[in-house]
Amino acid sequence: MIDATASAPGAAAKSRGQSLRFYGIWVIAGIALIVLPLIFSSGGSLTSFCLVGISIIFALSYNILLGQTGLLSFGHAVHYGFGGFLAIHVMNAVTAHEWPVPLPFIPLFGGIGGLALAVVIGWVMTKRAGTVFAMISLGIGELVASSSLILRSVFGGESGITTDRTGLPHMFGWSFGPQIQIYYLIAFWLMISAVAMYALTRTPLGRICNAVRDNPERVEFIGYDPHVVRYFAYGFAGFFAGIAGGLSAINFEIANSAYLGAAQSGIVLFATFIGGTAYFFGPILGAILVTYLQLGLADVTTVWQLYFGIIFIGIVVFAPGGIAGIVMMHRPLIRAGTLGMVLPSYLIALLPTTALACGVILAIETVARYTQSEGQGTVINLLGIPFDAVSPLTWLAAAVLTIGGFLVARITWRRIADAWNRAATAARDQEHHA
Amino acid sequence: MTELIVISTINGVLFGMLLFLLSSGLTVIFSMMGILNFAHASFYMLGAFFGFQLTQWFGFWPALVLAPLLVGAVGMAVERYGLRNTHKHGHVAELLLTFGLAFAIEEIVSMIWGKSPMDYRVPATLDFPAFTVFSTNYPAYKIFMLVVSVAIFVALLITLKRTRIGLIVQAALTHPNMVANLGHNVGRVFMLVFGVGAALAGVAGVIAGPALVTQSDMANLLGPILFVVIVFGGLGSLSGAFIASLFIGLVQTFAVALNGSLAGAFGPLDPSFGPSVITDIWNVTISQIAPILPYVLLVLILIVRPMGLMGARET
Repeated sequence: MIDATASAPGAAAKSRGQSLRFYGIWVIAGIALIVLPLIFSSGGSLTSFCLVGISIIFALSYNILLGQTGLLSFGHAVHYGFGGFLAIHVMNAVTAHEWPVPLPFIPLFGGIGGLALAVVIGWVMTKRAGTVFAMISLGIGELVASSSLILRSVFGGESGITTDRTGLPHMFGWSFGPQIQIYYLIAFWLMISAVAMYALTRTPLGRICNAVRDNPERVEFIGYDPHVVRYFAYGFAGFFAGIAGGLSAINFEIANSAYLGAAQSGIVLFATFIGGTAYFFGPILGAILVTYLQLGLADVTTVWQLYFGIIFIGIVVFAPGGIAGIVMMHRPLIRAGTLGMVLPSYLIALLPTTALACGVILAIETVARYTQSEGQGTVINLLGIPFDAVSPLTWLAAAVLTIGGFLVARITWRRIADAWNRAATAARDQEHHA
Repeated sequence: MTELIVISTINGVLFGMLLFLLSSGLTVIFSMMGILNFAHASFYMLGAFFGFQLTQWFGFWPALVLAPLLVGAVGMAVERYGLRNTHKHGHVAELLLTFGLAFAIEEIVSMIWGKSPMDYRVPATLDFPAFTVFSTNYPAYKIFMLVVSVAIFVALLITLKRTRIGLIVQAALTHPNMVANLGHNVGRVFMLVFGVGAALAGVAGVIAGPALVTQSDMANLLGPILFVVIVFGGLGSLSGAFIASLFIGLVQTFAVALNGSLAGAFGPLDPSFGPSVITDIWNVTISQIAPILPYVLLVLILIVRPMGLMGARET
């Protein structure tokens, strides 16, 4: 008893440090959002920041379904699309009737649009979980996307519906025409949505969602209906996806049937899964990576979507926890100070693995150029070295890099596994002695 | 009108048998391994493209034999090196692997063969009208497709019910662990089943290629309908898949052939309604909504009878 009271001030100081670190992270993120466009102020950077911001909100909303409640949905873009279309219609109505609704409130209408659709279709969809839910979401996603081409008055057919965001009443003297003002609007909504979604994970509802993901039968024992819980999660996910859709409609000033399509659903699934579904910051990382890949890779190569697929398959097979999973895997090592035992093996494995990757990229690019060489010549540039797509030397180089790289890399990967075993055991021993 | 009904029935049955070729493989894979193979429609597409390329090099009949074998080999490789590694990470990871594979296969096909339709022709030996119904010449190639589908279905049935390997497969469908305990190499059985399922999809691709369009997005067009068939018929039930394939094949064929709309039946709406949702729904024709009818059926069956027509398993 004396020990308990003596250690209480120590425990209080430790928890004060933890909460300081926790709130500190959010404060630093907020400051970074404000300062970022001042450091990178080119037009291209601003546009890409806006796209990344929208995609982070969308990916976080998808993780409410996938990571938090265990619902794999292949049709999440329908809420994004409904939010976008409702936002566009509201903007056009505000401009036409001159209502006093300034632009910063429009994403809220986007959220309402996404929420409305989720409320209507969610009850039927969430009756089952797992594989059946995935197929239902695929079917309903296709149904809504195809219906949008039939209902031309609401969805604008193939050309979509356009608007002018500067026609709304100004707020703080901003007309929201320049991209930097749109960036701050998106950053503001990103901050609010991220805080709200994180708070959701800490509420009892968020915890019960986790329980439904892990063991729905047991949740029924303690008195909750998994169907109702999944329905709530579906509603929240639809609301935040609608906010992302509304922001996208504001950013591009257009909403068309591509917002609702299977391609958009696939991209958000990629982003969330590649980032990691088990941690809150996973989808954030995934959204940043996938958006920059989409923007940057399309300029470099014609078959960028194939690389997307390969990266996704690689993550699913080798690292199903995503990038966040890999990062957090090292946390016990860092805490115990044994990270240094694995770093050398990482460095040794870097060279053969890079050779393997270069071989595969060279093979893919050569085949692509060989089969689609209209007007681009047959020379491809890899890392500044010109390779002729039709010469057998290129094929030989690709084969050597791929096969040789794989054989050598396999040995180095085994060394990483051994080093990990030692480091993890050492970390565990330290924890026991601490 | 009778001509329309007869032709549409024959076409509908044909499309239904094609869907059954695809969904039978998918159902057997799902029943045995619990994996819903998203890449199944991609195997169908690979069959069509391999068939096209082999037809260019060797002719149609060698291609009919070789292309499904190639697709079956690809399927076995996918099971051995992909699915077996992700099995320990759960069903979601397996589903996502097949989803990523479907994506990657489509990209590889459009990289090698391009995005425009391929000139995959009906072989000259089959390019004649088989019979004349009322005033339409019904092509012999479609009768050939029907005959091949039925033959494969019968062969599948006989293999499953009358051979020893079929007995093991049937047992592994419901009790895989017990089958492993009895000493059979369940891993090899799974690989074989996956390969045969993929080969079935490949055969469907080879014979459907000349009739339907051979293009790099054909997997996307047929993929979701395949899942509707599976859910409609009931997960894990072969007879349910058969009934559902025929039903959806007939529904879709009749819907495309009919040109009715509410406006056609009841006359145009009062122009004062203006362009709105009501006028859109009033004026849309059945043939326009034909592609989405399977999804409407999906929603209906999930509301009315969530386990499908003859469903046995849920997961």
